[in-house]
Amino acid sequence: MAGRVDGKVAFITGAARGQGRSHALRLAQEGADIIAVDIAGSIPGMDRFYPGATQDDLDETVARVEALDRRIVAIKADVRDFTALKDALDSGVAELGHLDVVSANAGVFQFGDKTEDVSDEDWDTVNDINAKGVWHTAKAAIPHLKQQGTGGSIVLTSSTAGIMGTPNVAAYTASKHAVVGIMKTLALELAPFSIRVNSVHPTGVNTQMIRNEATYRLFLPDTPHPTDEQAEEVFRTTNALPIPWVEPVDISNAVLFLASDEARYVTGLQLKVDAGYTLK
Amino acid sequence: MPGRVEGKVALITGAARGQGRSHALRLAQEGADIIAIDIAGSLPGVQYPSPTPEDLAETVRQVEALDRRIVAKQADVRDRAALKAAVDEGVAELGHLDIVSANAGICIIADWRDTTEQIFDDTIATNLKGVWNTITATAPHLIEAGGGSMILTSSVAGIKGLPFLSAYVTAKHGVVGLMRAFATELAEHHIRVNTIHPTGVDTPMGQMDPNPFGPLLAAHPQLGGMLANLYPIDVTQPVDQSNAVLFLASDEARFITSTELTVDAGATQY
Repeated sequence: MAGRVDGKVAFITGAARGQGRSHALRLAQEGADIIAVDIAGSIPGMDRFYPGATQDDLDETVARVEALDRRIVAIKADVRDFTALKDALDSGVAELGHLDVVSANAGVFQFGDKTEDVSDEDWDTVNDINAKGVWHTAKAAIPHLKQQGTGGSIVLTSSTAGIMGTPNVAAYTASKHAVVGIMKTLALELAPFSIRVNSVHPTGVNTQMIRNEATYRLFLPDTPHPTDEQAEEVFRTTNALPIPWVEPVDISNAVLFLASDEARYVTGLQLKVDAGYTLK
Repeated sequence: MPGRVEGKVALITGAARGQGRSHALRLAQEGADIIAIDIAGSLPGVQYPSPTPEDLAETVRQVEALDRRIVAKQADVRDRAALKAAVDEGVAELGHLDIVSANAGICIIADWRDTTEQIFDDTIATNLKGVWNTITATAPHLIEAGGGSMILTSSVAGIKGLPFLSAYVTAKHGVVGLMRAFATELAEHHIRVNTIHPTGVDTPMGQMDPNPFGPLLAAHPQLGGMLANLYPIDVTQPVDQSNAVLFLASDEARFITSTELTVDAGATQY
């Protein structure tokens, strides 16, 4: 049986690990070749939260996609640097022949400061990566999709924080709401070209971005060193379904659906994969 | 490779034809057995042909041709007792229940002056109370199965207003209310509840001759744009809606609940 995205080429940012790697693997399992981009390095201002992805992480994504017998072009690039990002995508398309699917997944999570205490530097780091980086990703990809004339599917990673407010998470929440604005605008602009644009809205995902002591303390401010068990208990209270977090593959399955021709008339959708987080 | 809903049992209302039949076939293709429920008789007040027992028999034939089991029952979703009996018998026969597609619905086109109390009541009874009847008749079986997925068919008219469909718009907005309410209460049982929101679908519901929209839009041309798709297509196919139902029904969507999944060619975007 043919894969659900057989013969397509997918461009994924933040593909070294976490959700991005999972998207690469899930799409490759279903027949896609991959253009993987990641900063694969530490990001100033982020180290106090969780460590950056590494070149080894990106190499591991490559090895695992190749183990599925799919082709992958992996390039180190920062989504904040449009020229570098565009060059990376252009060379990936040159090597793999075309472009069909875009997953604007790269993002960072900062939290903890009251809105009036957020520094300009932190605000800019988060919004430059999560919002401007998504715009850069679309900006680099759209000319390829338009020029091919074969349509396409762009999936932007937002968050439950792109739907609801989150106390003490101002920069991230603003950036993820901005993603929805970009999505809706592009859905309108690109429909005449049969290019679909949708967003996914994960609740907490079981990746390093939330599975770290700094994030645990956001939820357990009075506990100096929260344990996994304590975190699991408090995360469980955030969702309607009785689970603490979802797995990366749950988001990848949503991305796969939106990327595939099964969703050929789905555009402008905010697809929540949130275990009912936004219901509460 | 196993199907995406292999071994599951799916109950579908309005399964004699149109989207309901398509859902039955798509889920059966991916390994589900089917409980098909339809009025298979006269629909109240509609401007298009009603489904027949022959239509329901054809759904049975097509599911069986896929080597899946199907139990078909004639029941009206407005008749709570008859619907519950049909659900219970179907589940008894196929052993358990995992997926519910509350798909049965009617659509009557009229401007607000010509929307009679009868039209309003019939539409609410079928499209809103019929969904409530379906949810409450099936929820105990899903709880017994340890969880499941309910997919309620709303509409573009469940998100935005559409002209000359005031009763339909009201009922389809109400379906979103049902979805949110039951997503909340049933979450503790690992039951997910979501809506799909189709734009126009190429089914018998659209076979209206003459099309009542014609003179209404001619008299109110400024409202015509509200019925157009953003994406450059006139109509979606039933299978496009079924693919969304399949995704929500499958374990790939195991943590998706209270989502309004638009399959609307962008119709709600402007």
